[in-house]
Amino acid sequence: MKFFFFHLMPYGALDLDYDKKHESAYLTLPNSYYDPKKGHDFYHRYLDELVMADGLGYDGICVNEHHQTAYGMMPSPNVLAGALARETKTAKICVLGRALPIINEPLTIAEEFAMLDNLTAGRFIAGFVRGLGTEYHASMAIPGFSHERFHEAHDLIVRAWTETGPFEFEGKHFHFQYVNLWPRPYQSPHPPIWIPSQGSAETIAWAAHPSRRYTYLITFSPVESVKANMAAYRKQCEDYGYTSTPDQLGWAVPLYVSDTDEAARREAKPHIEAFFNKFLRSPPQFKAPPGYTSASSYKRLMQQKYKVRQSFMSMESLIENGMFVCGSPETVAATLEQRQADLGFGNLVGIQQFGTLPADLTANGLTLFANEVMPRVRHLGVTAAASTAEPAPVGE
Amino acid sequence: MAEHTSEFIEVAGCKVEVLRGGQGPVLLFLHGAGGASAWAPYMDRLAETFDVIVPSHPGYGRSDTPEWLDRLTDLAYFYLDFIEQLGLDRFHLVGNSLGGWIAAEIAVRSCQRLDSLTLVSPAGIHVKGAPKGDIFLWDAETRVRNTLFDPALAEARLAVESSEEDGDIALKNDFTTAKLAWQPRFYNPDLRKWLHRIQVPCAIVWGADDKIFPEPYAHAYHALIPGSTLRVIPQCGHLPHQEKLDEFIASVTTIATNNNAGGAAS
Repeated sequence: MKFFFFHLMPYGALDLDYDKKHESAYLTLPNSYYDPKKGHDFYHRYLDELVMADGLGYDGICVNEHHQTAYGMMPSPNVLAGALARETKTAKICVLGRALPIINEPLTIAEEFAMLDNLTAGRFIAGFVRGLGTEYHASMAIPGFSHERFHEAHDLIVRAWTETGPFEFEGKHFHFQYVNLWPRPYQSPHPPIWIPSQGSAETIAWAAHPSRRYTYLITFSPVESVKANMAAYRKQCEDYGYTSTPDQLGWAVPLYVSDTDEAARREAKPHIEAFFNKFLRSPPQFKAPPGYTSASSYKRLMQQKYKVRQSFMSMESLIENGMFVCGSPETVAATLEQRQADLGFGNLVGIQQFGTLPADLTANGLTLFANEVMPRVRHLGVTAAASTAEPAPVGE
Repeated sequence: MAEHTSEFIEVAGCKVEVLRGGQGPVLLFLHGAGGASAWAPYMDRLAETFDVIVPSHPGYGRSDTPEWLDRLTDLAYFYLDFIEQLGLDRFHLVGNSLGGWIAAEIAVRSCQRLDSLTLVSPAGIHVKGAPKGDIFLWDAETRVRNTLFDPALAEARLAVESSEEDGDIALKNDFTTAKLAWQPRFYNPDLRKWLHRIQVPCAIVWGADDKIFPEPYAHAYHALIPGSTLRVIPQCGHLPHQEKLDEFIASVTTIATNNNAGGAAS
């Protein structure tokens, strides 16, 4: 399997008592809680951690996009991906992902991703998401057009990457008279596309389609739900008439390694509980504005998932339901071996800094994972015949 | 309760449910974001004087959600078709909130068949520096409490156990409202430029304690529609036709029966 370090870049100095006065870490939490001097330190610390992972032999390092929240300090992940492009040597740089529907000019995403792909000579993976519900409040993008705009922006970006310009793109939401990308991407036909998702049948059917075969990355879900979604993806591929490869599936999960199980749990507990209960905190109407999902999904979310999220999530319960992997190198390796056998993924995307987890513990966890865990499980979930990054030929 | 009928009518390829009751001059009532899928006391009172027609908008209640429904002005054109198809030669038009916005959009396009227009806390314009309430950030309970002035009335409404169909309709109404009014939030920047085209007797009715569109919106509408009358009702929230029924009925009947009342402010 391949190993990715996913940094969410939380504002780690958040006053955790904010929830006595405010209902959410998103959108309405006043930005007076943010200290730019501390922010400066966090940005550089977090970039250093990503660079460190490159040196430790991780296959990829990942950033993502969130707006107006203490949960993540990356409204523009491409800024940080740009900073990483020159400082890293071998790891893929992954933006997981950009929220396509909330952008009014998605051609800029095609351009910036192509720039990153050129800068890194093809060490780039593009992620496309619809964005959390709160992003629709923050951007005023109409949630009811989220799916339409996602598909249209995706089509525009892929066509801009692969077709000789100039051509006209005629969409309902996006209409460009001239699409003629300079630079065009380094990888041919285009950078790999990953689809981070919390699991929906429509997304699986779309991502698994033989014309796309996008890597489906499941985030923040109990292991039973991850298992069901990955099985659904594989079955969908069979229904399309082909067998999926392990690298079409990714599992994104908070993960922490220390010397012993006891030390790992003791060290991680306050930080993982802050992550799930404080940094991820927002009421249902923030998470699911009307029209963001279908009515049936909306009812299911309200009745199940969001109800769970509104109650306190302890570290023990998170480990129990598979939403957090934590322990000694032996325990974590054994857990991953079991999960890989159960789930079939070929990409492990570890969220190895979470909430308030400090620099020393983050560095220690990354190092132990790279040195003690990776060698034990790397041979699992391997996809034969990996593709190479070759630029597209130059022509007229 | 007055006799009333419920039937589905197809206009522009879209089936809508239409409630109708009472006798007299025709009155078309356009509901707000909460919908109008059941005969209500305000319809009953209107039916004492008027032939009351209350459609559920496309995308609301038991009406279809047509493919073509992208923005609020689609509903204005839909109702111009609807009015023609039903052969409403002369009628009174009343709209509340989102329905008031539709009514204003209809009227700036054509007042030809209109005898009067009553706008009850209509959406549709933006007033700088007068923050609106954000119904999309409120949970269900807060929304009820912030919509009504009288806490006892809110309490009573919250105590009603709603059926599964009611819940589904509320969700559908919300989805459509968010599509039509999310951005720009509950207004059309072009509407205010053309409100002077409303040249029929027009009454503006507002709750003094409206937490969604606060009172400055009432005065802005009043100033933008030449000759309109304004009634601001004390101790009243966003739904005067539900919270202050007598005052609402008085406003509608006054403007509808005295077609030369233009200019008389409250």
